[in-house]
Amino acid sequence: MSTHEVYSTLREPLVDGNLTPADVTRDVCAPMDGKPSGLWWVGFLIAVSLLGLGVASVAYLMAKGIGVWGLNRTVGWGFDITNFVFWVGIGHAGTLISAVLFLFRQRWRTAVNRSAEAMTIFAVMCAGLFPLIHMGRPWLAYFVFPYPNTRGPLWINFRSALCWDVFAISTYFLISLGFWYIGLVPDLATLRDRAQGLKQKLFRFFSLGWDGGFRTWHRYETVYLLLAGLATPLVFSVHTIVSMDFATSVIPGWHTTIFPPYFVSGAIFSGLAMVLTLMLIARKTMHLENYITERHVGAMCKLIIATGGIVAAAYATEFFIAWYSGNEYERFVFINRAFGPYAWAYWTMVTCNVLTPQLFWFSKIRRNFLIVWVLSILINVGMWFERFVIIVTSLHRDFLPSSWSYYVPTKIEIATFAGSFGLFFTLFFLFCRFLPVLAMAEVKGVLGYGRSRGGGDS
Amino acid sequence: MNRRIHAVFNREDQILAATRDCRERGYEIIDVFTPYPVHGLDQAMGLKPSLLPLACFGLGIFGAAAMLYFQIWASAVDWPANIGGKPLNSLPAFIPVTFETAILMAGLGIIFVLFTRTGLHPFRKPAITDPRITDDHFLLAIRQTDAELHPRLAEEMLREHGAIEITEVPTEEGP
Repeated sequence: MSTHEVYSTLREPLVDGNLTPADVTRDVCAPMDGKPSGLWWVGFLIAVSLLGLGVASVAYLMAKGIGVWGLNRTVGWGFDITNFVFWVGIGHAGTLISAVLFLFRQRWRTAVNRSAEAMTIFAVMCAGLFPLIHMGRPWLAYFVFPYPNTRGPLWINFRSALCWDVFAISTYFLISLGFWYIGLVPDLATLRDRAQGLKQKLFRFFSLGWDGGFRTWHRYETVYLLLAGLATPLVFSVHTIVSMDFATSVIPGWHTTIFPPYFVSGAIFSGLAMVLTLMLIARKTMHLENYITERHVGAMCKLIIATGGIVAAAYATEFFIAWYSGNEYERFVFINRAFGPYAWAYWTMVTCNVLTPQLFWFSKIRRNFLIVWVLSILINVGMWFERFVIIVTSLHRDFLPSSWSYYVPTKIEIATFAGSFGLFFTLFFLFCRFLPVLAMAEVKGVLGYGRSRGGGDS
Repeated sequence: MNRRIHAVFNREDQILAATRDCRERGYEIIDVFTPYPVHGLDQAMGLKPSLLPLACFGLGIFGAAAMLYFQIWASAVDWPANIGGKPLNSLPAFIPVTFETAILMAGLGIIFVLFTRTGLHPFRKPAITDPRITDDHFLLAIRQTDAELHPRLAEEMLREHGAIEITEVPTEEGP
């Protein structure tokens, strides 16, 4: 927070087009003022239909029981836990962008942090759904919390990694929600001052009487920094604990110490791909070309190369250690992973996660947003398969060959997975329609307008 | 007599210079209303660093201690259960939940403290209801506490810094 910030003229401006703060308000609020476009309706209706499909399949599951899924005695975790880990991972890039990059003073994050945080919250909601419906009797889900009960009170088992998960995911959801809301308050005040009628009443309620007084800003910025400082270790702990669901077990292929860093980097890798997928669509459909520039997309592509590299190193390390350990079960699991019945899933994962990001080394590809978008989807697919490979290939060859089996998801499982995408995109479309997708107050601060030595102002 | 002067600016460097000047002349700055956090304004206004980090630390320590105590009490005292032959007080296994609770308490607690300290709540009336402030203008509010603030001189100084609008507000109104 120094008074004398010097802007290099050599450094590219963070926002294109010599915009003023008023332009930012206008551009960001424009999609909320008019009627939604036809494109928005198409997207929203597709998302709601998928959500409906998900609700129907979950209702069917409730009525019939877990038997409607393809799980069997050997493969007890399939689509459900794969989807859970996938969605939690998606969320992590939002926190990386909003908290970790904030601590590193990466000011380019201002253009993408709001929607990345929204993505985090919606992804964690989708993630939380899967363990919940996997319980079989989800109406007793509150049993996972340690509350005084009439059964003793019988407390939960705090030594279980699944119990840690409950605390990790709920903390992650609440802190992300708080962080997001705190960031929204000044922008809600801007909306309040522009809106009329019912909208204004709602915005007045949620903007908490914000008036931009600097004594409030001063404390607000302190709290924002504190929350970023809290969310950073939190995001690492959450996926560490998710990986411990596997690592603290005795299953070959799961019982490895590499899991926490491997899962965390994979999560950020997949999340960045999802941020790119969403951001490039939002940029195009909501005309935010001046705010989300080549620089942002390029920076995210480079982060993908870095995290993708860590993931590739983890794949190689796993194989090396399986051989080097001399443990025959460990060796079998990894050879079976690459050349066994699920080899197709394994090689899909390697192609999407190890080879795809290498294309981002070329600046020509980083500048072609259509190719970037396609590649980001391939990475999403690859990261979903990573979790599938870890979970299913480690389980399907049990210790006794008589228990060996093959897992195929049923239509209900696929419909539930599609339903989670429906939930995610329904919420995302509503967010784009009713809330500012860019953190206006933050973007105004990096414009360089009204500053004598400002970079963008002339 | 007590007077307040509201001066509106439309550039960040002007509000910084005007605020600094007001402080040097000894005028009492009520508050500066800005659309975004202007860097360096805290020094210009002479605001002390906030003590909120201490509160946050305290809340985190409280969350960690309370949860650790609860886990040991629930697992080893209230209903000791032999789970896989593990010790009743399996301290290392209690660390993840302790950590998560520390973060939860510190994070949600500090948001609550922020709202209390700044008086933000859903039914609060904004001190200034000027839609330009949440858009792209800056408003400097100063108060005359003694004879030192001569309205005409102050106005002149603010105009020199580029104020586009200056209003005198009787002291009963506003914050």
